[in-house]
Amino acid sequence: MKKVIHEPLIFEISGEGKNGYVLPKLDVPLKDNILEDIPSRKEIEGFPEVSEVEVVRHFTRLSQTNYCIDLGFYPLGSCTMKYNPKINEKLAFKKEWLLSHPHASEKWTQGSLQILKMAEELLKNITGMDAFTLQPSAGAQGEFVGMLMIRACLEERGNPRKIVLIPDSAHGTNPSSAHICGYRIQEIKSNERGTVDVADLAEHMTEDVAALMVTNPNTLGVFETDIKKITDIVHTKGGLVYMDGANMNALIGMCKPGDMGIDVIHLNLHKTFSTPHGGGGPGSGPVGVTKELEPYLPFPVIEKEDGILSLNHMRPKSIGRVRSFYGNFLVIVKAVAYILSLGATGLKEIAEIAVLNSNYLRKNLEDDYDLKYLTPTLHECVFSDKIQKQFGVTNIDIAKRLIDYGLHPPTMSFPLIVQGALMVEPTETESKKDLDRFIEAMKQIAQEAKEDPELLKNAPHGSYVRRLDETSAARNPVLRWRRSPDE
Amino acid sequence: MSYISLSQKDKKEMLERIGVSSVEELFRSIPDDLKIKNRLDVPDPLTEPELSRWMDEIARQNSYHEFLSFLGAGAYSHVIPSVVDYLSSRGEFISPYTPYQPEVSQGTLQIIFEFQTLICQLTGMDIANASLYDGASGAAEAVLMANRIKSKPKVLVAKSVHPQYREVIQTYTQNLDISVEEIEYSDRGEVDIGNLKAKLDEGTSAVVTQSPNFFGIIEKLDMISALAHERQALSIVVVAEPVSLGILEAPGRLGADIVTGEGQSFGLSVSYGGPYLGFMACCKESVRQFPGRIAGETEDVDGKRGFVATLSTREQFIRRERATSNICTNQAWCALRATIFLELLGKQGMRELASQNLQKANYALDQITKIAGITPRFQGVCFNEFVLEFEKPWTEIEEFLLEKGVIGGLSVVEAFPELENCALLCVTESHRKEDIDRLVALLKEVCS
Repeated sequence: MKKVIHEPLIFEISGEGKNGYVLPKLDVPLKDNILEDIPSRKEIEGFPEVSEVEVVRHFTRLSQTNYCIDLGFYPLGSCTMKYNPKINEKLAFKKEWLLSHPHASEKWTQGSLQILKMAEELLKNITGMDAFTLQPSAGAQGEFVGMLMIRACLEERGNPRKIVLIPDSAHGTNPSSAHICGYRIQEIKSNERGTVDVADLAEHMTEDVAALMVTNPNTLGVFETDIKKITDIVHTKGGLVYMDGANMNALIGMCKPGDMGIDVIHLNLHKTFSTPHGGGGPGSGPVGVTKELEPYLPFPVIEKEDGILSLNHMRPKSIGRVRSFYGNFLVIVKAVAYILSLGATGLKEIAEIAVLNSNYLRKNLEDDYDLKYLTPTLHECVFSDKIQKQFGVTNIDIAKRLIDYGLHPPTMSFPLIVQGALMVEPTETESKKDLDRFIEAMKQIAQEAKEDPELLKNAPHGSYVRRLDETSAARNPVLRWRRSPDE
Repeated sequence: MSYISLSQKDKKEMLERIGVSSVEELFRSIPDDLKIKNRLDVPDPLTEPELSRWMDEIARQNSYHEFLSFLGAGAYSHVIPSVVDYLSSRGEFISPYTPYQPEVSQGTLQIIFEFQTLICQLTGMDIANASLYDGASGAAEAVLMANRIKSKPKVLVAKSVHPQYREVIQTYTQNLDISVEEIEYSDRGEVDIGNLKAKLDEGTSAVVTQSPNFFGIIEKLDMISALAHERQALSIVVVAEPVSLGILEAPGRLGADIVTGEGQSFGLSVSYGGPYLGFMACCKESVRQFPGRIAGETEDVDGKRGFVATLSTREQFIRRERATSNICTNQAWCALRATIFLELLGKQGMRELASQNLQKANYALDQITKIAGITPRFQGVCFNEFVLEFEKPWTEIEEFLLEKGVIGGLSVVEAFPELENCALLCVTESHRKEDIDRLVALLKEVCS
């Protein structure tokens, strides 16, 4: 079977008059003067004209150039690329969900509301938080919602304050989300263990500080062992603690953020709860809060009276609405199905095996790749290219070479505290065979770095495209197709 | 059910290799007093048949799909070709992450590039991004973007913009130095130009208009944009029903500076409100302030064309708190469905789709407003939605229709207290003439 060599843009295979779909004939009398005073157009200039089979082949061929979790190991750190069970897809695509209009009366949508209520209850039990909103469309919107609630709460206490503290190991969305809530960011240094420096935190924690945003386990995969001390320091000074729950896969069934003194947490259903990432979304970023913050939840909230579920928009202290309707409903259906299929024991097993797999990888690779922090890790660990750098090989070269071995590279864009990071998260669904294959590839690459660095610098060699020029893409941006340069 | 792939033997070997005697030992960093003593309060695991049965029972409590419905207002029922479901369900599209490694994500990246091109062609703008969460948050992001460009405190938002979108704009701007003021609508159901002129001043960053607006009326975008530009403000155009772009002039040709909207109409079902598809486009001069991921064309070392995520220095993972938006995960798979939908329908299909929506809604409007006791609330030209005013209380009419298996429209009195006994109706290509005639007959019966 020949590999896909080159797939043109759809616009390049377009031909005048071709058609991929036919609508039933208009069955009402045509009225031709409706738009007589309105600027209208005859056609959408440049729009493609292709047949159905051309569309099917175009997308099928393009699909062949994508790596995906259904194809193999995908150790992107902090992304939790676990297998996506197929039954969940099937259950989300029921006509009762797909055809349910969000403006329909609650009388005709009790089923949808039950799913949402069920999701809230399950997430409350898993995290130990008192209330949840399911509306945020992804983790970053969850952060935004959570920080808005913190601000609203502090405002009611008398002072919204000015600063949000964020550890230097945090994901970039944290500072960005706090910023659009009107806060100034102060970075907290990590100590030699890679965790929050408690003394540094205590020093920064003044009465100008609204909140600490902490990721636990952090992006190094290290549990913040002093988390109770940390939350106490913040609370004593009248601040609140936000937890980024992106790494909840390490903790599920083992401990609850609600017991750690966390005031607000977001979860990523597209990470911990296995909903597929779709090449970049849709996700879902539910936010859990303590009793004190419940009044500030975005509206609407789901309520139950006499066994009937309804949506309440009348929430005087609410931070407001954060999106249209009630969240990424179909994603939530998949997460509920996932949680129910695993049950309490299966959920705990997620954390156990995710941590076992990650530690197995770490043990097998720690002689070949540098670990800046030797602290024990849970579900992921962060190597660096420090050893390979002496041969002129960077984390990017290592990543690109992994592609030649048929594997997806680890995360490299953060944490910023590790230069040349290779953040590896295997997740619980991977077999020992797949882990061993990754280990073997990484070991060989370490060897190649010594013996033949050029091989790595020119990688990948066998992919659909070879290394792409990202610099000129940014310098001379071509962001759309045009028929001619002057179109 | 369990999705673990380790055998007992594997586990034993792995623990030995790590040098611990049990998995529990790997969790030593979690203090004992934080560990859960009992098991989670979650039901026992369900097998596939048990789970399916459970879900069937819950789903049965949704009965909306059994009605003939004329609901729209930001969620539209359109045709979805089989090809869209078929192709989008491929594992290669559902199960990759964000395309961080372009060499193994060319499918996703090329599709984003095609999506961006299609959005540019539809809106008449230079550049588009890979998607945003939904139309409402898209409108809010556009307001933040305009404020960054113009650094002026005031933003004018037409009251005829979807009420939920206006609420989200409020939420996103509440802690920033942005004041949002509303512009009234006229008897035609359009932006009240006099009111707009009165409120527009040198301190205004942007004017936000939706077209077709919440009432279904097509706005005079050229006039509104020109007025905004006179005061050095940007014209933001929101398109909640983008099927309209198949026949209406592109907002970019009517003076829009930023066009944003909801792409749900393109191959996504109404799905109880999500996932949907936010889109955004702007002129090339504003690219540095543009939010969200963007794909760009480049070459590999052999000179072969390829695509990468580009201009990332705007984004949170590089610029952190100074990023143009905090968005990371977007709605990529929804954008994939929209891309398949738009390419399949193509030039002819989109024109026909838009035309049928326009024709059927206007046919319905003409027929219904012949009935005594029902008048069109607004005189403006509608695309596929319109507001009717009834002499009788709407609740009475709604109840009568429901008994006959028809959901006749949406009461708008909550968001617009002045529109008592009014309902917003949506008619699309998915309604057959006999469906419309049935509604007309029932309304005749209840109103006479």
